[in-house]
Amino acid sequence: MSLQAVVIGASAGGVHALLQVLPALPDDFPAAILVVVHIPPRRDNALVALLAEKCRLTVKEAEDKEPIVPGTIYMGPPDYHLLVESDGTIALSSDEAVNHSRPAIDVLFESAADAFGDRLAGIIMTGANHDGARGLRAVCDAGGYALVQAPATAEVAYMPEAALAACPAARVIDLEDLPSVLEEILDQ
Amino acid sequence: MSESIEDIEIRLLLDAVYHHYHYDFRHYAQASIKRRLLQARAQWGYDSISEMQAAVLRDETMLPRLLNYLTVQVSEMFRDPSYFRALREKVVPHLRTYPSLKVWVAGCSHGEELYSLAILFEEEGLADRTIFYATDINPSALRAAQAGIYSLDRIRLFTENHRLSGGHSSLSNYYTAHYDRAVFEKSLRERTVFSDHSLVTDAAFGEMHLVSCRNVLIYFNRELQDRAVGLFGESLVRGGFLGIGSKESLRFSSHADLFSEFVREERIYRRNAQ
Repeated sequence: MSLQAVVIGASAGGVHALLQVLPALPDDFPAAILVVVHIPPRRDNALVALLAEKCRLTVKEAEDKEPIVPGTIYMGPPDYHLLVESDGTIALSSDEAVNHSRPAIDVLFESAADAFGDRLAGIIMTGANHDGARGLRAVCDAGGYALVQAPATAEVAYMPEAALAACPAARVIDLEDLPSVLEEILDQ
Repeated sequence: MSESIEDIEIRLLLDAVYHHYHYDFRHYAQASIKRRLLQARAQWGYDSISEMQAAVLRDETMLPRLLNYLTVQVSEMFRDPSYFRALREKVVPHLRTYPSLKVWVAGCSHGEELYSLAILFEEEGLADRTIFYATDINPSALRAAQAGIYSLDRIRLFTENHRLSGGHSSLSNYYTAHYDRAVFEKSLRERTVFSDHSLVTDAAFGEMHLVSCRNVLIYFNRELQDRAVGLFGESLVRGGFLGIGSKESLRFSSHADLFSEFVREERIYRRNAQ
């Protein structure tokens, strides 16, 4: 079974972390990437434009009902939850905030774990709250690959620490190693 | 991947709710429905969805509680202020040309959007010639919309949204603070018909000039979206306006050719002449 998707969750310090990781991925990266980063609700999604400029992969704001295509980076839009449907399409929702966040990392990770099972990798990066801990646990429980940014290297260690506490089996990595770790998972 | 036991249970529960209570959630977008049902199960302390299904079927008092999980959206007054600004600046000039107006707020939930539009129409001098139709499938949401009472701690956000939407009166003119609640003026809903209506199973409304239905279509699968968009097309007068949520689109609908984009970035469409 090959990897179908990678889900990424980040909060405080997340933009910097994403800028470190996503541009490093090769243009033939064979899985889809879905990203939730906690940012204040604003209509102009400047982060998408910034990442699109720096990445070799296509970067776009996730749209409701669109099919998830390999080699594309989907960013959760501000003020909506980002979910994955079991038929491999994207769903957005304006349900109440989870962990005081919309989009919430748990919502993305749990629905992706449901949809992709063991063909999913999830990574929790820097952040100042515990969003994503339950979600990473769900990725683990579904047989997927759970990764956590080494708390010591994170701008804010709280979120990766919370994820590790919820999912002790997760592999701790430095962000600069993420491309090679994903490659390794893809080769398995 | 084969369907998990939980997914089978959810499908059966939605079937049961449809057959016994005639509420049809079978074609809602699955991932959100599943989240909400699992929340209800955890909250109510059932070990499985099947156990919850047995209770929902046999105890009618469970239905309203279940509907609150499956339907209620907490919205904001003047959510996405730029949408209301576009209505005010670009749609209202066309609405002014009609001697009488009908506006349908489809999926009105607790009424935040209805009151936003009622205030906007008041400010633009259109309120006296307008009848609003506010519909939802959830009776308790309709009651809340009819009451027009919101927690006072939400008013700061509503006020800021109203200002950004180009509101040229003070929001405080339209409500009375009562302990920790804001009670909106009765006059705002004097010309509103509150009604139980399902976009999934019910027929079109007639001769509407504006339909506002925001963040409802994202909860439907493509077939349901298609049906709802068809209903809006049938319900609108030629040249009438349709507003949907900022992340919704008509592009997957077979009825898309009934509409033209009117204010693209705000997802406001206009019913074509044909």
